[in-house]
Amino acid sequence: MDIVTTGFAGTMESSDIMVTVSKAPGAGITIQLTSSVSKQFGKQIRSVIRECAESLGVKDVNISAIDQGALDCVIKARVKTAIYRACLSTDYRWEV
Amino acid sequence: MQEKLRRTMMFVPGNNPGMIKDAYIYNCDCIMFDLEDSVSYAEKDAARSLVFHALSTIDYGDKELVVRVNALNTPIGLDDLEAMVRARVDVIRLPKTETAEDIVFCDAQIERIEKTIGIPVGTTKLMAAIESAEGVLNAPQIAKASTRLIGIALGAEDYVTDLKTNRSPEGIELLFARCMILQAARAAGISALDTVFSDVNDEEGLIAEAKHIKQLGFDGKSVINPRQIQPIIEVFTPTLKEIQKAKAVMEAIAQANKRGSGVISLNGKMIDRPIVLRAERVLSLAKAAKILF
Amino acid sequence: MQNLDLTGIAHIDELLNVEVPFDNEHVYKELKSCHERELSDNKIVPSLQDAIRLCGLKDGMTISFHHHFRNGDFVVNRVMDTIAEMGFKNLVLAPSSLIDIHKPLIEHIKNGVVRRIETSGLRGELAEAISHGLMDVPVVFRSHGGRAAVIETGQLPIDVAFIGAPSCDPLGNANGYSRDNDKGIVCGSMGYAKLDAQYARKVVILTDNIVPFPNVPFGVSESDVDYVVEVDAIGDPNGIMSGATRYTTNPKELMIAQKVADIIDATDYFRNGFSIQMGSGGASLATVRFMKEKMVKKNIKASFALGGITGQIVQLHEEGLIKKILDVQSFDLEAARSLKDNRFHQQISASYYASPNSKGSAVNQLDFVILSALEIDIDFNVNVLTGSDGVIRGAIGGHSDTAAGAAVAIITCPLTRGRIPTIVNRVNTIVTPGKTIDIVVTDQGIAVNPIRTDLMKMMQDADIDLCTIEELRDKAARIVGEGTPIAYTDKVVGVVTYRDGSVIDLIYQVKDDQGSEE
Repeated sequence: MDIVTTGFAGTMESSDIMVTVSKAPGAGITIQLTSSVSKQFGKQIRSVIRECAESLGVKDVNISAIDQGALDCVIKARVKTAIYRACLSTDYRWEV
Repeated sequence: MQEKLRRTMMFVPGNNPGMIKDAYIYNCDCIMFDLEDSVSYAEKDAARSLVFHALSTIDYGDKELVVRVNALNTPIGLDDLEAMVRARVDVIRLPKTETAEDIVFCDAQIERIEKTIGIPVGTTKLMAAIESAEGVLNAPQIAKASTRLIGIALGAEDYVTDLKTNRSPEGIELLFARCMILQAARAAGISALDTVFSDVNDEEGLIAEAKHIKQLGFDGKSVINPRQIQPIIEVFTPTLKEIQKAKAVMEAIAQANKRGSGVISLNGKMIDRPIVLRAERVLSLAKAAKILF
Repeated sequence: MQNLDLTGIAHIDELLNVEVPFDNEHVYKELKSCHERELSDNKIVPSLQDAIRLCGLKDGMTISFHHHFRNGDFVVNRVMDTIAEMGFKNLVLAPSSLIDIHKPLIEHIKNGVVRRIETSGLRGELAEAISHGLMDVPVVFRSHGGRAAVIETGQLPIDVAFIGAPSCDPLGNANGYSRDNDKGIVCGSMGYAKLDAQYARKVVILTDNIVPFPNVPFGVSESDVDYVVEVDAIGDPNGIMSGATRYTTNPKELMIAQKVADIIDATDYFRNGFSIQMGSGGASLATVRFMKEKMVKKNIKASFALGGITGQIVQLHEEGLIKKILDVQSFDLEAARSLKDNRFHQQISASYYASPNSKGSAVNQLDFVILSALEIDIDFNVNVLTGSDGVIRGAIGGHSDTAAGAAVAIITCPLTRGRIPTIVNRVNTIVTPGKTIDIVVTDQGIAVNPIRTDLMKMMQDADIDLCTIEELRDKAARIVGEGTPIAYTDKVVGVVTYRDGSVIDLIYQVKDDQGSEE
């Protein structure tokens, strides 16, 4: 899928993560993460975000996320939603 | 087969990670994740994805998991169905069911998805929510429209608006719908589930309504806050006297079986099938309420 | 006057101090009225500077404060600013606790005014800075009882105690409220200040409310007070306490509270005359309500409630369900009101509350205590001091004191907070040893300390579902995933003491910015 606009998903509530996905031609997958649990889970959160982008076949993308202690399943949901929105796509693939 | 208990069905807004992540800690029989009225139009996709990933990941224990999808006359509702059947939800709750055809259509869609992903047809169950006068009048046909159906539920907020009235503490305006839905459910051999009680802080009112619907014959009620669970369970929990009587009935059956006798009697009265069924229900409710016997 | 011959008394050498004959010249007779004396012979000094000077404060001395004004306290910052202006250095700060509002201390530490700190807890930016290595000398953390003990034995000598008081008369009788005229600042009990006043070499009261002598009842008595300073403001009433601590509507907390009440009910200790301490946290407060139902049903009354007191406890007292209240710290205005109005709501000092060293302290009469935790490990050790990121963010309070003293110490906590597990393999910081913790109640299971086979049997008899602490740990880990261990430097920033003064754990400086680089 191709990023055509900037996509947002999630909220700033506790246990949620606010994700912004935007175009980054030629830059690969870049991730900026701010997290209330970055010391313990920063690495894990980054790898989940990266896997989501890869699984949806997005190559050049900038993903910034503000995490409030979201579980992995929430992170996946929010990142994928933001990517679909940024791609203006409703061609959902339902995989975990 | 032991009948599944559906005393309380807890409503969880589909776009709220905080509530979704530990909904299983409460003592409800069913959890209903909502993709419909509690989710704004702009967030339908986000809620769907969130519930999909939660259902696919989080261990909700032995709770019956229900998802209320959006109406199927929109692409949103069909997308909901695609995701939720794949997430292996136990039950799809179809909102605003008006006719048996609504159920037949939903059943066909689910079957298509089940076949696509290669799971046995019929795995996904269905619950019809009836929220209009039309739906209430069609309840008997709706309740028998699909073998997937495990229950029909009353959604009172839309229904009273449709009737051009509003909800009263006594619930006289809901009596017809409740009786209709109950008869339809019983005739079809499925569960009858009552609507929500909206004032979370009115425990007395909640208990009064729970007693009312239990007396009518309902299996249970939807709750909008975990605090409403325990009061309803208490209403549905048999008294010690009821439990003792039920135990005596089961004991008498065991004795008769031992003797090889076909005639079962207790204290000089014959025990017939309805008595046995009632006794079984009392004991299963007691067991669910963790009463020792 | 008659001429007495003392030398002729038989065995006069055995009558100690009977040697000087009376001299009329040495008799003083007061001629001024009480009112005149209040105006002239009082302890009021014109300014805080004067009081500090008169106390003979010197570089390196130890000064103390109380934390009854919580996050509304102006006294610590006001006094420290003045001390800094006067040029003092290398002071030891020994308050009963420090909170967010005390972040200006960071500057005083940087400028060398404060050399080291002893406290029950640290919060906010100050705690953050100290965790990141702000101080050369580590902070010593003591429980309320442990602090009382070292003050009593002189191991922690206090040179000057600065005590903010919502009312004080010109001779130094001070209290957390006033019967004469409240000026809007009320803190109820002054339990922590009581102890400091008793043992400090010099005692200064800061008040915005000078009331007529005698200010009775008093929390701090004039016999312990050297100087009184009138200031415009000692605190912000909104930060000091709220009207009445509300019952939670959080369903998770209510569920935990119901479980705690069921557990209390299931023990043999729940009988007429039982005693209890509970905190001001949501689950703890809600427990009061569920416990009340059970007390009424079984016709059981409590002999006393101890510790930090809330309006909920007061309500049970006024309904006759709790006979007496021993109040070291009032958590809300209802508690303060009750302390003022109710005969059997008694203000107690930190020593009476929890000292392991005094001849008697009330924690040793406790049946139940309900406590909270940031973390609990599989040996039931509890951390209430450092967050899961290793940063200081809490206070020992009376945690280890009450856990040791109570027959049943119950910890309430959610299994996870956001993505942070509460039940872990090993807590970041041991504050209260697992040996003193009996039952852990979470939203997702209850674990009894295996050494309490008696409690385990009581729970089983009452058909309360139990699991092991390891099962809770595993469940939490399944939910949140496996985190990276916190990285520390080898610099010690905090020394955690147990109530007997021994060192139970060390807090290290946290390393910054792990995991955020890509």
